[in-house]
Amino acid sequence: MAADYVALLPAAQMLVAAIVVLVLDLFTPADEKGVLVWTSLAGLALSAWVALRFRGAEGAFGNTLLLDGFAVFFILVFAVVAALTILMSVQYVRESGIREGEFYVLILLSAVGMIIMASANDLILFFIGLETMSIAVYVLAGMWRSRAESAESAMKYFLIGAFATGFFLYGIALIYGATGSTHLDRIAEALGGPQAALLLTAGVFLVLVGLAFKVAAAPFHFWVPDVYDGAPTPVTAFMAVAVKAAAFAGWARIFLHQWEPLRDEWTPAVKALAILTMTLGNVLAVTQSSVKRMLAYSSIAHAGYLMIALVAGGEVGAQALLFYVVSYAAMTLGAFAVVAALKADDREGAAYADFAGLGYRKPFLAMAMSLFMLSLAGFPPLAGFTGKFYLFRAAVAAGHTDLAVIGVLNSLVSVFYYLRVILMMYMQEGGVEAKSFRGAPYLYAAVGFTAVATVYLGILPTGALYASLGAIASLR
Amino acid sequence: MTEHVLTYMTFFPLAGMIAVLLLPSSKPNLIRWTSVVFTIPPLLLGIWLYRAFDPNNPGLQFTEQVPWIPTYNIQYFIGVDGISISMVLLTALLSFICIFASWGIEKGVKGYFALFLLLDTGMMGVFVALDFFLFYIFWELMLLPMYFLIGIWGGPRREYAAIKFFLYTLFGSVLMLLAILALYFTSDPHTFDMTVLIKQGASYSTTPLGIWPFDSLHLRWGFQHIVWLALFVGFAIKIPAFPFHTWLPDAHVEAPTAISVILAGILLKMGTYGILRINYPMLPQATADLAYVFLGALGTWNIIYGALCAMAQKDFKKLVAYSSVSHMGYVMLGMASFTPQGINGALLQMFNHGTITGMLFLMVGVIYDRAHHRDIEGFGGLAAVMPVYTGISALAIFASMGLPGLSGFISEVLVLLGTWQKYPVLTVFAATGVILTAGYLLWTVQRVYLGMTNEKYKLMPEINTRELFTMIPLGIIVIIVGVYPTVVLDLLRASLTQLNQVIIPHLG
Repeated sequence: MAADYVALLPAAQMLVAAIVVLVLDLFTPADEKGVLVWTSLAGLALSAWVALRFRGAEGAFGNTLLLDGFAVFFILVFAVVAALTILMSVQYVRESGIREGEFYVLILLSAVGMIIMASANDLILFFIGLETMSIAVYVLAGMWRSRAESAESAMKYFLIGAFATGFFLYGIALIYGATGSTHLDRIAEALGGPQAALLLTAGVFLVLVGLAFKVAAAPFHFWVPDVYDGAPTPVTAFMAVAVKAAAFAGWARIFLHQWEPLRDEWTPAVKALAILTMTLGNVLAVTQSSVKRMLAYSSIAHAGYLMIALVAGGEVGAQALLFYVVSYAAMTLGAFAVVAALKADDREGAAYADFAGLGYRKPFLAMAMSLFMLSLAGFPPLAGFTGKFYLFRAAVAAGHTDLAVIGVLNSLVSVFYYLRVILMMYMQEGGVEAKSFRGAPYLYAAVGFTAVATVYLGILPTGALYASLGAIASLR
Repeated sequence: MTEHVLTYMTFFPLAGMIAVLLLPSSKPNLIRWTSVVFTIPPLLLGIWLYRAFDPNNPGLQFTEQVPWIPTYNIQYFIGVDGISISMVLLTALLSFICIFASWGIEKGVKGYFALFLLLDTGMMGVFVALDFFLFYIFWELMLLPMYFLIGIWGGPRREYAAIKFFLYTLFGSVLMLLAILALYFTSDPHTFDMTVLIKQGASYSTTPLGIWPFDSLHLRWGFQHIVWLALFVGFAIKIPAFPFHTWLPDAHVEAPTAISVILAGILLKMGTYGILRINYPMLPQATADLAYVFLGALGTWNIIYGALCAMAQKDFKKLVAYSSVSHMGYVMLGMASFTPQGINGALLQMFNHGTITGMLFLMVGVIYDRAHHRDIEGFGGLAAVMPVYTGISALAIFASMGLPGLSGFISEVLVLLGTWQKYPVLTVFAATGVILTAGYLLWTVQRVYLGMTNEKYKLMPEINTRELFTMIPLGIIVIIVGVYPTVVLDLLRASLTQLNQVIIPHLG
């Protein structure tokens, strides 16, 4: 029986790390909070190690919680993303008067939720993971208490989140009604047999809507700009990357794998969502005057690209999805980290104008930002290009050439606003002073790491490709 | 050594970029000389390559083939044949020369030379890549530094020019990417290997699609034609063919001199090179069907339109820019003829235009550096003030005009001879372009170099050694090729004959 709980270890380990940091916070004097950073990072590393060590362990609780290659892949992504978020927030939270210890604890706690989402093979368990993650992130969004936008952001996020939760739960209820179980394996079995088709379809679509809210797919995206703009920048990065990745992990496991037989029902809907999301995200991003808000819309657009992989489906689609999640994580985190570096004491330096002349004041940051922008725009040989290439390739292979064409046209539109950042940095003067390396070494480390990853994934994608292939294969 | 020669030629500049980035920006001269040092090896290797290249072998030489992303059957596959060798040599030469032409850059020297060397790698890569994926990566890689070089070091309207250039080219690139994907998925097993795709080329479907809008226009277009057109638009933007040429005058006018030279001398050739390398052998039926309209007629229109626009310009640099539009028209026209003279003339014209336009832009740069304006009407009588400069300018201008004995004459005559056999009407129109060219160039000579000396420029300093050093090698090539064109033609002939044989059976 003991082996039954092994699959739970990464999440449990992460929870322990969160508690340790929470307690440690009480005993560290204000000027020695650096130890909390290292403890959190150690906790994340340990979780990643545990996940790798026990990969392929037997599922816990009657196979409702799995630690297959797929879950491990995402646990590693979450651990790295959380670690980078913490690195880029150190300076940021200190300057904004956010309680440092609590901040890291909440990041770790939401990571616990994400791990459960990636491992869950049961709708109820998935829901628990989703809520654990979301509640922690609601609080994170509102942590810059002296800033009104931050409170607004948290409130909006919370209300919309609760709304989405309603959809999701109702969907689960209907599916339970149709198939008699919330366990994905049982549901999959029931799909073969006689079933209450209408009930099931309604349930599937409600779950779809619930997930669409979380990944910010249009038309369920309207909360994104205000929430992303108001939240502290590292939290925005975390929301844009980790929360989205977790939702896509669920989406891939539930829809691509378990509900494959229902493909014909949900594919047209996801396809419509994908087209709408890409187009709306890109077109609205063009008109923004704040880089942070632009990145919020760009994250909507990228959710659209990722959905192309869902539509394409199959092994090729799933592989493209996983690879793109990693590429997207690297470039988006990096971009937000640079935005975080421009923060002044009392305001966010996130307008386009604030970036003016950055290329001459902080060449490293500007060069890294250029890499991220170009990669987001899908420029070879960077991660974003390679990732998009696989996405479009998967779409064409699955016979959705129209999606690939729309995707390509969309990335053409996106070049315009991504390039504007580069234009400001190198071809304009003025702007605000950014943090120096001495002032924010952790942040620079995060920028450096993501920049290297962006280039590496673009030029030598084979390793990550094999990893995602392995993750997909373990689902079967 | 010999088997990696192309890799060295391609990546030496990249190593130079890294070296330049590591140097302190407080020592601009060190950076300049380092850039020189890293462009010499490709030039020397290029000379070696010229001697070692076997002109009688129509196939690929000096190939290198290594798996890169095996999951998707993507390879690092490079090599040269008669189609690319002259472009590779031209790239090596112009990159070296343009480092010297960039000597006067004072602002952000480190960034400039680093980007320049990156551009060099991208250009070389485009001409040697034989894997479609690799080709695309180099193609885009070269776009970026160009954007920055125009956008940061350019003239007053640099931002507009840079973004216009970027968006135009990128639009072409994405069409190309879709075409690449289409070809990839029709190949079996899926591959990006150009040599394999060429072998399958003839088998691409030409069955009319019969879907809107092609049915309503009575176009008997199949899959092959659609892919051909997508690739063509991508390349036509680079050539630039009418109506995609409008980025060119802006980019040229704003770009610093050396970048204009690279832009006109090498980047424009990538358009026609791409068509010869990819459209022709891979999509032979579509080439045979569409060449007359999209290459022949459009090329003729380019010749005349470009020349007329050039005649109307007041800005010296813009005039040279439009003359490029006009001269690239000969390349398109020659390609479309499918005769040995026409197609050889087209490729020779690509090489010649690279050297001649290079000289023309350098020539404009010399007076711009002194007078800080390029208004044609604002000069006059420079021949009396700067005799040496006037002499070498006259060489460039006469070569551009197609004076017998200089290189431009040979290629234009070859093109017209080749086209006459196929499209006599177009040839008549194209030949009037020669007259228009003589018109605007001689008129320019008269306004800038002859006549009364402008009082303001009485004391203008003569062309200096560095500037002469950038123009003389090109001048020598112009004369040699003009007198004895075999030095270049020999390199091309075998490969082009083979290429032509692929198309001819498909001609109706």
